[in-house]
Amino acid sequence: MSNNYLTDGYTLRSWFFTIDHKRIAILYFASLIFLFLIGGAAATMIRIELVTPQADLVSSDTYNRLFTMHGIIMVWFFLIPSIPNTLGNFIVPLMIGARDLAFPRLNLASWYLFMLGAAITLYAIFMGGIDTGWTLYTPFSTLYSNSYVAVAAAGIFVAGFSSILTGLNFIVTIHKLRAPGLTWYKLPLFIWSLYATSIILVLATPVLAITLVLLAAERIFGVGVFDPRIGGDPLLFQHLFWFYSHPAVYIMILPGMGVVNELITCYSRKKIFGYKFVAWASLAIAAAGFLVWGHHMFVSGQSLIASLVFSFMSFVVAVPSAIKVFNWTATLHKGTLRFDAPMLYALGFIGLFTMGGLTGLFLACLAFDVYATDTYFVVAHFHYIMVGGMVTAYFGGLHYWWPKITGRMYSDYWARAAAILIFLGFNLTFFPQFILGVEGMPRRYHVYPPEFQVWNALSSGGATILAAAYLLPVFYLGYSLFFGARAPANPWGATGLEWQTSSPPPKLNFDKQPVVTSPPYDYEHAPEPQNA
Amino acid sequence: MPEPDEIAAHLSSSEQRDEILELGMWTFLSTEVLLFGGLILTYMVYRHADPQSFAEAGRQTRIVIGTINTAVLLTSSFCVAAAIQAGESGAAKAVRGLLAAAIVLGLIFLGLKGVEYLGEYRDHLVPGIDFEQSGSHAQGIRLFFMFYFVATGLHAVHLLCGVIVLAIFLRCAFQVARNARYLAGLRTAGLYWHFVDVVWIFLYALIYLPGRSG
Repeated sequence: MSNNYLTDGYTLRSWFFTIDHKRIAILYFASLIFLFLIGGAAATMIRIELVTPQADLVSSDTYNRLFTMHGIIMVWFFLIPSIPNTLGNFIVPLMIGARDLAFPRLNLASWYLFMLGAAITLYAIFMGGIDTGWTLYTPFSTLYSNSYVAVAAAGIFVAGFSSILTGLNFIVTIHKLRAPGLTWYKLPLFIWSLYATSIILVLATPVLAITLVLLAAERIFGVGVFDPRIGGDPLLFQHLFWFYSHPAVYIMILPGMGVVNELITCYSRKKIFGYKFVAWASLAIAAAGFLVWGHHMFVSGQSLIASLVFSFMSFVVAVPSAIKVFNWTATLHKGTLRFDAPMLYALGFIGLFTMGGLTGLFLACLAFDVYATDTYFVVAHFHYIMVGGMVTAYFGGLHYWWPKITGRMYSDYWARAAAILIFLGFNLTFFPQFILGVEGMPRRYHVYPPEFQVWNALSSGGATILAAAYLLPVFYLGYSLFFGARAPANPWGATGLEWQTSSPPPKLNFDKQPVVTSPPYDYEHAPEPQNA
Repeated sequence: MPEPDEIAAHLSSSEQRDEILELGMWTFLSTEVLLFGGLILTYMVYRHADPQSFAEAGRQTRIVIGTINTAVLLTSSFCVAAAIQAGESGAAKAVRGLLAAAIVLGLIFLGLKGVEYLGEYRDHLVPGIDFEQSGSHAQGIRLFFMFYFVATGLHAVHLLCGVIVLAIFLRCAFQVARNARYLAGLRTAGLYWHFVDVVWIFLYALIYLPGRSG
């Protein structure tokens, strides 16, 4: 246990002024747990309120603030930074055989910007909250706004720069810091997917930034840009917002797909099926993802031609996503499957992501979307992608790399129990919401007709299981930190470069520069798993 | 500036260090393109919706100052490019002179911009603070001048950052002959400076030229 990144200094200063990507990843990790709990608390209140058709816990106004808070925290302060800034920050340099990210100081600056943005947004929330919904649609955020919209927008604006800097750092690192012999087609697919994610972070986030600047300028100068009362165009806000926020959906799923590539191959003991297709599918998703934003606006009054094009493009973007799902399935075929906890998460991801993706195709159909707009069908769809997909992948990746990050093994029994509970709890929470949506229950209301109560009660019951399952890892992973067995360098017999260094890695990652000669996912020649 | 040619612990060669600097700047500039791009798009949408008002507002801008400023900024970009050329042949004195010229030109630009803002304030053309226009186009003119202040203000902030960066390079210009890192840094700073210049050329065409023909 001598001389690893964790033992390299114990002072606060050695953590808060560190430029080691591994320590910065831990800083992000701790911050994200905190923010996830806040966002989760809001979700809990929402689900408790919805158990009965009447309003019994909160007023309409408070309810508006609750779902807005849930959305803003979960999207910008949990999902977007989740895998890139914690697992990505930790693993990317290790995976490509580098000693750090290209710009270590920028990496630390990005964490501080993130924390500043989070602090400003939390201030807005605790001073009274925002009642616009996470989309900040005008005129809610202008004409009718009587809440802390400007402050929250400032927080999101600042956090956006943190995203941009992280994306920039990853792009440069992946281009320039790869180990000798590690050509593009030898890279683990996690790197390809984070590369695609970074392109979106760098190119989409500034559009959100300028949109928020204009939202602020509108207030300062009193001139209508988006506010129809003074001559602005609220639809323009929607276009600009979704030009960022739809690609942001891919920021929230591509890293999850990247993690799943690593897990499926490792626990099938096989190389990935169709490496190049999966690699380019990530970039295809990133590129096509920029051209589908109008599918959020089918009922907004945009032209029918525009809607048709956006509908078509939304089907197009499903193709590379489907390629990935088929390739994962083909990788499982005739593999030597092992059902360790990370694998259970990965399999859960494939099922839930497929559900979310297919219902996304329903919504890409113009006629059905008009019927389902702003119903629980939409809510269920994107939760299947973001929670069923991304959060499950995040947990899977966390379990997979936990021994590398902490140098400790956790209880596989409890980890598997949590993975199964998450899958069951998730489906019980969100599947009923598809039915509610088809039956016509609109989102964002806290009172509803009594005939919807059964499904709502089931959903809230499922949420209880889901919440308990999300809390379980706090205990067994926390326990492992102090009492877990010491992890060997490569407990799963995996192939990535990150497994060739000790667990936890030394400060500069590798004792000597690794050189890559073997193809990616070369499981025919991989060492045996040590936890069999 | 740190010691000449120092290489950070996580990098393996000075070539690698110089390459990541340049690629980092290009990536950053791609972000900037989208930032200004969103703003210009919004401007175009409203100009398309209300061309008469925007033409009338365009005629009220100070085209003489705007044109002089365009020339000033283009000349400053020339100085930066020439400074990099001089740096490659190790002429520290020339580097210092050319960077100083670029900085002075940048400050002249900002000064003239200030004069222009003052004039617009006197003409009651500042929305939100002092705006008085009559006629059917008043609303559109107000919108135009909001874009004017946001776009030129954002540009001026960028230029100010550029001036500060160049000032740092001016202070360390003596290192040019013996420090490869200096030159790589200067090249990267030059990319930024030229980008800010290019943005201005777009803004010049969009702000000062509408309504001037015929």
